[in-house]
Amino acid sequence: MPTILIDIQHEMHTSDGKVMMEVCAEIPCQELLCIFGHSGAGKTTLLRMIAGLTTPHAGTIQVDDEVWFDSTRKINVIPQRRNIGFVFQDYALFPNMSIAEHLSYAQKHPNKAEVDELLCLFELEQLSDRKPHQLSGGQKQRVALARALAYKPSILLLDEPLSALDYEMRLELRAEIIKSHLHLGSTTLMVSHDIPEINELATQVMVLKGGKMVKMDTPNEVFKSHAHYRPLQ
Amino acid sequence: MNQEFVSTLLLTGKLAGLTTVILLLIGFPVAYLLAFRRFAMKSVVEAFISMPMVLPPTVLGFYMLLAYSPQHSFGHFLDQYLNVRLAFSFTGVLIASVVFSLPFMVQPLQTGLQSIPRSIREASYTLGKSKFQTFTHVLVPNMIPSIVTAIAMTFAHCIGEFGVVIMVGGNMPGETRLASIAIYDEVQAMNYQAANQYSLVLFVISLVILTVVFSLKKQDN
Repeated sequence: MPTILIDIQHEMHTSDGKVMMEVCAEIPCQELLCIFGHSGAGKTTLLRMIAGLTTPHAGTIQVDDEVWFDSTRKINVIPQRRNIGFVFQDYALFPNMSIAEHLSYAQKHPNKAEVDELLCLFELEQLSDRKPHQLSGGQKQRVALARALAYKPSILLLDEPLSALDYEMRLELRAEIIKSHLHLGSTTLMVSHDIPEINELATQVMVLKGGKMVKMDTPNEVFKSHAHYRPLQ
Repeated sequence: MNQEFVSTLLLTGKLAGLTTVILLLIGFPVAYLLAFRRFAMKSVVEAFISMPMVLPPTVLGFYMLLAYSPQHSFGHFLDQYLNVRLAFSFTGVLIASVVFSLPFMVQPLQTGLQSIPRSIREASYTLGKSKFQTFTHVLVPNMIPSIVTAIAMTFAHCIGEFGVVIMVGGNMPGETRLASIAIYDEVQAMNYQAANQYSLVLFVISLVILTVVFSLKKQDN
């Protein structure tokens, strides 16, 4: 059940020019933390840094006692060794693989029973032989979540996993995210703009503005002056 | 069908086949580096690899002939220490063919690799898969049309190559006499029937290869 310690500085290139990103936070284990903010605030960049897909210019990222990144000690653990599950905004499914093959590929050790269990958990049994191009947006999202869980990650990172879906589908798939978080029993970080979605899913919210963390608290506390965040919706 | 006609076509096929296999082995790592890595002088490297597409074949053939000569360092090294002379030999023609056909293999492979969204590669990395595993299980299976195009274009280009081969290999039956050179030779001897036989075979092979490539591109779209 990892606790994540982040203290990073990173120069981002946004549509408004260069922005200095500075985030210092401790994310306790088993939280479902939503990262909230305007476009260009650094939400996806922060998630990618935790995954090891983007290298911060300076700082540290530590998960429990394990240092994943330390600029002064020149430590930068590659994504393959971070044991994270990442659900991309475009789902990033492999066009050549069926759903069952996605789950098998993601496993550290082949285990057909666990593949069947995940197919059942996400109601994908009937679709197991289908390829990504034969799936709807909602089905792709469920496959992306199931694939991330098949890897048994210690941290689940979700980059706006519902943003490409219509309103009805988003409502339906919120339950899938809670299901994934509970199934994994670990820490989940999710990028979202949607306040009702955050209120329903998150146990904690981190608010980013212009690359800086301005607040981190429960959804009730963060959104009690709801009008302040209305422009984001 | 006379024996010389058959052996010339077989030699042409052998050169094109070997060049394609060698370039497939070289082309993938080169295309991967050009597609995904940033390094100093990358544009210069890309320009060098693409040079055979714009350079007159005789220019490349001339420089390769000079390099093969025992009077120059590379040729001298081969002659002195390995007792090998590449000028006017099949091996010499093969090396020249590999150099000359490099862009026809590398460019389709590079385009194929770059056409796969970055998030797909990254998804594989986050699942603990190495770059090599990602390459073999995710990238290669999702760029089959590009691979077939690269193989077909390289093979077709080798079959039709004339300038480099005549410069480096000359016209030695059974050793360096390829179909394209045989056509020229037969026309010079006013033996149009034999020239027509060679030409027809090259025409049909090239047409079939290009039809396969365009069919694949249509499917891919």
